Amino acid sequence: MPSLDDLKKRIKSVKSTQKITKAMKMVAAAKLRKAQENAEKGRPYSQKMQNIILNLTKSINDINNAPKLLVGTGEDKIHLCVVLTADRGLCGGFNTNICKLAKINFKKILKEGKKLKIITVGSKGLDQIKREYGKYIVKKFSFKEKKQISFDEAEIIGNEIIKLFNDKEFDKCILFYNNFKNVITQIPQAQQIIPAESKIEENKEENFLSYEFEPDEDEILEDLLPKNISTQVFKAFLENAASEQGSRMTAMDNATRNAGELVDKLTINYNRSRQASITKELIEIISGAESL
Amino acid sequence: MSEKFSVEIISPDKSIIKTNAIEVIIPSYEGEMGILKDHIPLITFLRPGFVRIKSEIDKEFFVEDGTVEFAENNLLILTSTAKDLSEMKKSSIDSIITEAEKKISGDNITDKEKYLLSYKIDTLKKIN
Repeated sequence: MPSLDDLKKRIKSVKSTQKITKAMKMVAAAKLRKAQENAEKGRPYSQKMQNIILNLTKSINDINNAPKLLVGTGEDKIHLCVVLTADRGLCGGFNTNICKLAKINFKKILKEGKKLKIITVGSKGLDQIKREYGKYIVKKFSFKEKKQISFDEAEIIGNEIIKLFNDKEFDKCILFYNNFKNVITQIPQAQQIIPAESKIEENKEENFLSYEFEPDEDEILEDLLPKNISTQVFKAFLENAASEQGSRMTAMDNATRNAGELVDKLTINYNRSRQASITKELIEIISGAESL
Repeated sequence: MSEKFSVEIISPDKSIIKTNAIEVIIPSYEGEMGILKDHIPLITFLRPGFVRIKSEIDKEFFVEDGTVEFAENNLLILTSTAKDLSEMKKSSIDSIITEAEKKISGDNITDKEKYLLSYKIDTLKKIN
């Protein structure tokens, strides 16, 4: 049975923790609104970009001469996995969920006897992955100092990916990030960006438009595909930023509630033991008076 | 009005403008290009220049690069560099020009980059 003083100290410490988590929740909620807006604003660009590429892909006749970024190297030996995580913790399962999905994929890739290369973005993912897969990491990025991630950062990573591709360092590139669905649900996702996944839907064939290209298809594709890589990375960044804040908000909300419950429980304990000690003192006084 | 079609300029972080226009002039890679309603489907990309949107109120944007798609009377301009001309300050324009001029006089520069940079300088000088 802890003493009254101990209980008092514990209540105080839990209360101050609650204050911190509450403040973090508020901050996350404020940031979330902005991040969510950004994510929603950024969606049309990447979607339209994919649409254009899809249209271009359809009008390519000679698939063998198509740009390598689109159709791949024709081999499937080396996989490059880009894992996007946050730079800060205390955001629930956010980082863990991405890493879990990534690790499942790593295992699969290695099991199939393929080579694995990893690029990590964000320090939290690096910490979790390097324990098991440290030797596969070829490059690590962290934009800790940046308050808000802009397109420039996405371009840095995009260019790095393209450089590695041109050096024939990998055949297939997969992005791992959290897709922001709403405040409480974020879905970890694996998106293949090289070669571009072409989902040609059958029923859309009727709407097929024969485009006029200026200059010709190949030149446009050559210009567009590297841009598309950066765009997809940027989209992942935005989704991730919104997910991180959403995840942190829910995590901190839970923590605040838990702290509240703990304080209640401890207060009851405290009152009980106070009552007990008073009763004990009374008994002592009364029995002392009686014996006289 | 029936001669109008919709125009949208989107940058990676936001949609810059969404409006209807009678005519849009874009600085396509191989020359300026005017687009009217019922133009045939088109995909092209941009060199530095002005995008002029003609409607009741004319609007002008400075772009450095981008991709354009026109389909079913929807003009879509994807660019990461669009700036509203009326919001650009003279001092910032000057600094961009000097930077571009420095780059163009550098040694390791490809013909394509030179071509794009010279257009950038020319168009920016026209503003002044």
